[in-house]
Amino acid sequence: MEQKLINLTIDNRPVSVENGTTILDAAKACGIDIPTLCHINLEGTCVNNHPASCRLCVVEVAGRRNLAPACATACTEGMEVHTNTIRVLNARRTVLELILSNHPHDCLVCAKSGNCELQNLTRKLKIQEAPYEGGEKSCFEVEKTVSIIRDMNKCILCRRCETMCNDVQTVGAIGARGRGFETTISPAFGNKLADSECTYCGQCVAVCPVGALTEKDNTGKLIRDLANPNKVVIVQTAPAVRVAIGEEFGNPAGTIVTGKLAAALRKLGFDYVFDTDFAADLTIMEEGSELLGRLNAFLAGDKNVHLPILTSCCPAWVNFFEHQFPDMLNIPSTARSPQQMFGSIAKTYWAEKMGIAREKLIVVSVMPCLAKKYECGREEFKVNGNPDVDYSLSTRELAALIKEANIDFNALEDSDFDLPLGASTGAAAIFGATGGVMEAALRTAYELHTGKTLGKVDFTEVRGLEGIRKASVDMDGFELKVGIAHGLGNARKLLEDIRAGKSEFHAIEIMACPGGCIGGGGQPLHHGNIEIIKARSNAIYREDAGKPIRKSHENPYIKQLYEEYLGKPLSEKSHALLHTKYFDKSE
Amino acid sequence: MKISSLKDLEQIKATALPRLELRNETSPETGAETCGLEKGTARIQVLTCGGTGCKASDSAGIAKAMQECIERFGVADKVEIITTGCFGFCEKGPIVKVMPDNTFYTKVTVKDAEEIIKEHIIGGRRVQRLLYTDPETNVAVSDSKHMNFYRKQVRIALRNCGLIDPENINEYIARDGYFALADCLLHKTPGEVIDTVKQSGLRGRGGAGFPTGNKWDFASRSNSDIKYVVCNADEGDPGAFMDRSIMEGDPNSIIEAMAICGYAIGAKYGLIYVRAEYPLAIHRLNTAISQARELGLLGENILGTGFSFDITIRYGAGAFVCGEETALIHSMEGKRGEPTLKPPFPAVEGYKKYPTNVNNVETWANIPVIFQKGPQWFSSIGTEKSKGTKVFALAGKINNVGLIEVPMGTTLREVIYEIGGGIKDGKKFKAVQTGGPSGGCLTEKHLDIPIDYESLGAAGSMMGSGGMIVMDEDNCMVQVARFYLGFIVEESCGKCVPCRIGNKRMLEILDKIVAGKGTEEDLEKLEELAQVIKDTALCGLGQTSPNPVLSTLANFKDEYLEHVREKKCRAKQCMSMLEYTIDPQKCIGCHLCAKKCPAEAIAGELKQPHTIDQNKCIKCGTCLSNCRLHAISLK
Repeated sequence: MEQKLINLTIDNRPVSVENGTTILDAAKACGIDIPTLCHINLEGTCVNNHPASCRLCVVEVAGRRNLAPACATACTEGMEVHTNTIRVLNARRTVLELILSNHPHDCLVCAKSGNCELQNLTRKLKIQEAPYEGGEKSCFEVEKTVSIIRDMNKCILCRRCETMCNDVQTVGAIGARGRGFETTISPAFGNKLADSECTYCGQCVAVCPVGALTEKDNTGKLIRDLANPNKVVIVQTAPAVRVAIGEEFGNPAGTIVTGKLAAALRKLGFDYVFDTDFAADLTIMEEGSELLGRLNAFLAGDKNVHLPILTSCCPAWVNFFEHQFPDMLNIPSTARSPQQMFGSIAKTYWAEKMGIAREKLIVVSVMPCLAKKYECGREEFKVNGNPDVDYSLSTRELAALIKEANIDFNALEDSDFDLPLGASTGAAAIFGATGGVMEAALRTAYELHTGKTLGKVDFTEVRGLEGIRKASVDMDGFELKVGIAHGLGNARKLLEDIRAGKSEFHAIEIMACPGGCIGGGGQPLHHGNIEIIKARSNAIYREDAGKPIRKSHENPYIKQLYEEYLGKPLSEKSHALLHTKYFDKSE
Repeated sequence: MKISSLKDLEQIKATALPRLELRNETSPETGAETCGLEKGTARIQVLTCGGTGCKASDSAGIAKAMQECIERFGVADKVEIITTGCFGFCEKGPIVKVMPDNTFYTKVTVKDAEEIIKEHIIGGRRVQRLLYTDPETNVAVSDSKHMNFYRKQVRIALRNCGLIDPENINEYIARDGYFALADCLLHKTPGEVIDTVKQSGLRGRGGAGFPTGNKWDFASRSNSDIKYVVCNADEGDPGAFMDRSIMEGDPNSIIEAMAICGYAIGAKYGLIYVRAEYPLAIHRLNTAISQARELGLLGENILGTGFSFDITIRYGAGAFVCGEETALIHSMEGKRGEPTLKPPFPAVEGYKKYPTNVNNVETWANIPVIFQKGPQWFSSIGTEKSKGTKVFALAGKINNVGLIEVPMGTTLREVIYEIGGGIKDGKKFKAVQTGGPSGGCLTEKHLDIPIDYESLGAAGSMMGSGGMIVMDEDNCMVQVARFYLGFIVEESCGKCVPCRIGNKRMLEILDKIVAGKGTEEDLEKLEELAQVIKDTALCGLGQTSPNPVLSTLANFKDEYLEHVREKKCRAKQCMSMLEYTIDPQKCIGCHLCAKKCPAEAIAGELKQPHTIDQNKCIKCGTCLSNCRLHAISLK
C-alpha cells in the first residue's frame, strides 16, 4: 500500500514526510537541529525512549495553545512548526535552567565531564547564570556496586535507563520511585542495586546522558599494579574493544585499531599483552564440543538431553537466567566465558610454563562490558581466594588511561599481541557482534561433525541487527536449527518458548546488549546513533575476513594448549578449568 | 430474580414504588402538618444521612438508637429507619429527616434519638431545638424546601442522594432507575444513544468540560473487539467530595450510565477507578454492582437483548495526578501513575491499548436522567454553552458548608451569599477559589459572573471538578497560592521538568516571600516561571498548576507587593512579618505572660509594664491568649 505523504512547514520550509513521522525526525531530515535530552532512538532495535518529559525539544505549532514536544508529536497535514521563536527559546532556556538548578555543579570531577549531554546543551544554549539556583537539591546516597555506580543526585530523570532495564532488557531492576521533586530512579522500595535482579549489563550506563550512572572505575587500581615491581601484570582485550576504542581518539566509528591497541597497552607498561580472542577460540572448542555431544546424544535417541543449548559467554545473560529462569540452569552450556577461560589458562598453563607464582600474577581484562567486572569477582572463578581475572576495565576506562598517559594513540606503530595467548582466528574476532559466537561455533561444529571442510565460512544468515534471528544449517543430512537473540527482552522470548516446550532450535546464542558486545555497556557512548553500532559491526566482520585462519579449531596455539595441557575438549582438566556451574538467584 | 424484560423491570418498580411514596418532597402537602402515629399517621419513614461526613459524627449510631426505640415502643411495623446518601447540608450534620412531613433535623446526636421517636414520630410534636434556625430571621425552619441553602439548588446529579437507600437497588429502580438503559437497549441504536448525549450538551464534569457525546463518539469510531468504559472516581482536589457523595448516595446511577455508554461505544467491560481511601463509596459501589448482577442488569445478555456488560472496581492509592485520564489508565494497568502524551487519546489507545472512554463520576450521574427526561429538558437548563447543573463542594469561610448543585449560569454571588449564607462571623469576602489546584482565585468583581466553563476560564480560573473554597479578609492570598502550589509540588508525578522542578522553585520563591525575604524581582520570576510551566508541562495538571499563583498575582498584586516592599501581611497570616507587642498603657505587670512564655522572651518587674524580646520570641501566641487585659497584640 502506498503511504500518503504529509505536508507541513518547519521554520517556513515546506517538508513532506511519511504519516507518523515526529516533528523531531521531520526537522532532522531537513537539517534543522532541535535539542533533545530524554529522547533516544536506536533505529532498527527496540531501543526507543521518548517520554516527552524533559521538554527541551518543545516547538511552537501554529494554532496550538501550548508548546509541543517535537520528539513525541506526530506531524499532521498543514502543520506549521516553528522551532526557533523567542517563545520557544525562552521556554527551552528556562527548562534547562530548571534542570541545572537541581544538578550538582561538580563537572570538574564528574566521570561524564566532556561526554555529558547536559553539559553540551548548557554550552549550546550558552547558560552561564543560574537564576533558579539556591533552592533545595535532591539528596540521595551514592551506591557503588562492583560494576555500576549510581549517583542519583545527578539524575535528570530522562528515564532512558528505565526504558533500557524494563522495556528493552525486561530485567526490571530499576524504575521511577517517589513522586514530584522526590522522584528518583531506583530498585523497588529503594533497595540497593546490588540486591536487585540487576544483571550489570550496563545498558543503563550506556544511555545515561549525564553522570548519574557510570562504571566502577578500575584505572587507579591498574596504575598502582603497573607501578608495583613485584607484580607481573598481563592484559587481555576483548574482540569488541578494537573496533570501538578508536572513536575515543577521533577516529570514525568502525575504525579497526587492533595494532595500535596492542601498542598502547604495551606502552602503558603491561608485561604481556594478550588477546581474549585466544580464549574465544578455546570457548568454541569447548562449547562446540558440548553442542556436538548433546546433538549426538539427541540423534542417538536420548530423550533427556537438554536442547537447545544456550551460549554462556555473556555474563549479563548468565545473571539474567540465574535470576529469572532458575528452573532452566541445566540448559546453557557450562563453558566459561572467554574472559574467564583466559584467566584460568593464564594462571595455570601459562604461569606454570613461565614459572610465575599465581599470587604475583595480575590478569587484567579490557572489556566492552560492565558485567565482566562482576563476573571476574564471582567466587567460583577464584582459587584460594585469588581470582583468575583480577579485574576488568571498560573500553572507556582504557581510553581514559591512554589519554592520561599522554600516549598519542593515532600515531602509534602497530604492534602484535604476545604469544601464545595472543594468537587467534577470525572466528574469535566475530564474538564481538551478535550472531558471531554462533557463526564461529557453526564453522567448527560443521567440520568436526561432518568431517568435511566448509566451502564458505561466512554464515551471513546469522548476522544482522534483527532482535531475534534464526537459521538452519545442513550438517550433512541433519538440519541444525539455530536461533540468535540480542537484548535480554528478546532472549526472554526464546527462553519462554523453551520453558513452554515450543522451541524449534538446537542451539541459541544470546548476548545481553543490543548489537552484541559492540553495543556493550562499557563501550564509547553511542548517544543514540545506530550508525555507530552498525559501523562497529561491519568492522568486526572485516577483521574476521582479514584473518589468515578463520576457524577456531585451526588455531595452532589452541591445538598446542590441548596437546600440552588439557588433553581434549571436555576432558577432566578442561572441565575443572574451563567450565562452571550456575546458581539460583531468584530469591 | 433475574430481569429478562422491560416488564420485569416495571414489575420491580411497581413493587418498590410504595416505599418511596412517603418521600415525595414535591407534593404540596409535604411539610404542611406534623405527622405522628398518635395523630393517626399510618406510616412514617425516618431518613438518616449515611454519607461519610455524617457517619463521622456517628449517624450510624443515631440510626441504630432510633431502630432500638421503635422496637422498644412497639412501632417498628409502622416506622422505618432508612439510611440514605448525603443531604448536602454538611455544616449542620448529622441530618435526620422525617417523612412524610419533611422535617429536617440538624446536628442530631445519639442522645436525641429517643426524643425524636417519642415526641415526633409517636407524639406528633416536632423537636424544636433540633430544627434549623434561619440566621437572618432567627426563625426555625422545619422543612428543607424553605431553607435558603436548598432554595436555589437544582438536583440532577444528586437527584437520589439523601432520598433513596443506596444499598437497595429496588429504590433506585422505583426512581425510574435502569429504565434509561432499558430504553437504550430496546429502542435506540448506539448511534442514537450518542446523539442523545450530544444533544443534551453535557460536558465533562471532571474539569476540562469536553463534550461527553463527542468523547463517546470518538470511542465508538475506534475499531476494536475489546473496548473499555472507565469511571474516573479519583477525586483529589483539596476539600472536594462531590464524586464521593454521588458514589455513596446513588451508586446505581453510575452503573446504569456506564452500561449505556458500553452499549453506545461497543464495550463489554467497565472499570471504576476509585481511591482506596473512599471505603464507604467502595462498599456502596460493590453492593450496587452485586445487586445489579443478581437482577441481571449487569452481566451477560442484559434484558434479553444480547448486550453484555460488567463492571469491576480498581483501587487507586490516592495520587492527585491519577485523575488525569492517561495516568489513571496507567495506574489501572499496574504501571506508575504517570500521564503520557496525547495523542494517542484513550478513545483510540487506552487501557491495555484498547479504545477506552473515561468519564468522571458526576458526568456519569447525569446520563440516566438525560434519557429519562430527554436531552431537550437537560439542555434547557444552564447557559448557552454549559448545560445542566454543576455540583460544588462549598467550603471555607462560609456559613453553609456543604454539597450543592446549581444550574449552570448561577452567579458566584448567589452561591456564596444565598446558598452559602454569606461569610462566617460577618467578615468581609475576599476571594473564592474554584477549580482546585488547577483553578484560580476570583474576587469581589467576579461575583456576578455566571458559573459556566467559559466564564470561569475567562476570569482566570476554571470549573474544575467542583471544589469551591471561600476566603475572607483573614486569608493571606500569598499563603493561599502557596497552599495550592504546595499541594501541586507534593502531588506532581515528577515526570516532566517544568512541573517537577519548576513548581518546586516557584514554591521556594513563595516561601521566601512569606518569610519576609521576597523582592520585586521574585514576583517577576514567579510570573515568568508560571508562564513557562503553562507552556511546557506535559499534562493538563502541570499546564494548569501555576493558575493559583497567576490568578492571585493578577487579582491581588497589591498584597504581593505589600509582602515584598513593606514586609507586611494584611491578613496577619505571615508570622515572620508580625510582632507580638505589649501595650504599656494596658499592661499591669501581672507577669502571667512571662510565666507562660515558652521561650522566656518576656521580661519585666512585677506591677510594671512588660516587654517582649523580639529576638527570642517564637511567635507562638501563648502570651496573647493568656493576657486577661488584652494588652498584647499582633501587628
